[in-house]
Amino acid sequence: MTAKLSGKDLTLIRGESCLFKGLGFALNPGELLLLEGRNGSGKTSLMRAIAGMLSLEKGEIYWNDIPVNRQRQEFHGALVWLAHRTGLKGDLNLVENLRFEASLRPQGNVDLAAVCDRLAIARLKRLPLRSLSAGQQRRVALARMLLADVPLWLMDEPFTNLDREGRKLVMELTEEHLLKGGMCVMAAHQDIEINVPVVRVGL
Amino acid sequence: MSDRLPEQPGMFAGLLAVARRDLLLAWKRPGDVLNPLFFFAMVCTLFPLAVGPSPEQLTFSGPGVLWVAALLATLLSLNTLFMSDHEDGSLDQLLVSPQPLPVLALGKTLAHWLISGLPLVLISPLLAMTYRMPGDAMGVLMLTLFLGTICLSLLGSIGAALTVGLHRGTALLSLLILPLAMPVLLLGANTVSLAAGNEVYATGIWALGAYAVGAISLAPYATAAALRISNE
Repeated sequence: MTAKLSGKDLTLIRGESCLFKGLGFALNPGELLLLEGRNGSGKTSLMRAIAGMLSLEKGEIYWNDIPVNRQRQEFHGALVWLAHRTGLKGDLNLVENLRFEASLRPQGNVDLAAVCDRLAIARLKRLPLRSLSAGQQRRVALARMLLADVPLWLMDEPFTNLDREGRKLVMELTEEHLLKGGMCVMAAHQDIEINVPVVRVGL
Repeated sequence: MSDRLPEQPGMFAGLLAVARRDLLLAWKRPGDVLNPLFFFAMVCTLFPLAVGPSPEQLTFSGPGVLWVAALLATLLSLNTLFMSDHEDGSLDQLLVSPQPLPVLALGKTLAHWLISGLPLVLISPLLAMTYRMPGDAMGVLMLTLFLGTICLSLLGSIGAALTVGLHRGTALLSLLILPLAMPVLLLGANTVSLAAGNEVYATGIWALGAYAVGAISLAPYATAAALRISNE
């Protein structure tokens, strides 16, 4: 079995409870990996494990068939993580935040102005992020994801705090990304409609 | 788009980016910078008032008081090192960034030192005057504080990384750091005392310098490992 991103025999125990056992998945370019489950079932933990931030009891995550732990930097260079907490600085404005993120990565050929227009945050450029609404901050986090220009997106509950247009936009962006040959791992507890191959993992 | 190898930012791009961001944040919240500095100045000026103005006593206790105050001021500022990053999730983003984590940790420590350590060094001669410290000894005081605050910031970053997930980890952080910080305090205060008494003091400076070099080369790795552990 070869896949771009895969997990084999994953087991995670937190405290007394076993969140998942013997879990496996395989994801190829153009596919969406959908993590489904009720609250507290381990979706975020699995996503953190995929990102290499959580060590599993058993099992291994592979990127290009090489364990992620042995090529952490290369793997991190290929992914961007839209987490529950946005990870943006409230005291800095949008441009300062995004410029910081950009300086950690190779220069992509994505235009900041175009991304801001697309996400309808262009007029918020000079405001400190703490004065923005939760949904607007979420959009800035999406902008960071688009600017990174990497193949693998990890999205943890991407619809939180977003209005209906925002949710539609996330679906459109994900679809475009997958059609370009990207990959996406998404944790969601609502049904999503998307016209791309979906690999489902139930937790 | 998946298999190309674009030009990576250099090794120290992450260090500079993190340091620049933290300095910018400090610039927008100057209270964080002034707090330890204010503490340092207060302790050093209140002490002579409490023990009385006898010149012998002041000259004798000056180096010790200045050094203890500098150590405590640094400890005071350390618990905020990773806290805000942990709370808003940007620490998680640093952990999954393509830059090596020790370099990013060194960048954060550099910013911390520039914000809280360097101002102490710069203000110290002014406070040393209160203790009738001779001019030569003031230079030695600045040099030892310069090396010493570098050590303390680096040691502190390890402790701050270990306690970042804990609520109210300040006391624990001090307990973790103090044993490692003791040699710095002893070397620093004794070297200044020797210089003030016109004795040979060079050994202490070499030892502090060696401690600083060791800390710069090893502490970032310990901090990075600690960050990974406390963020699981």
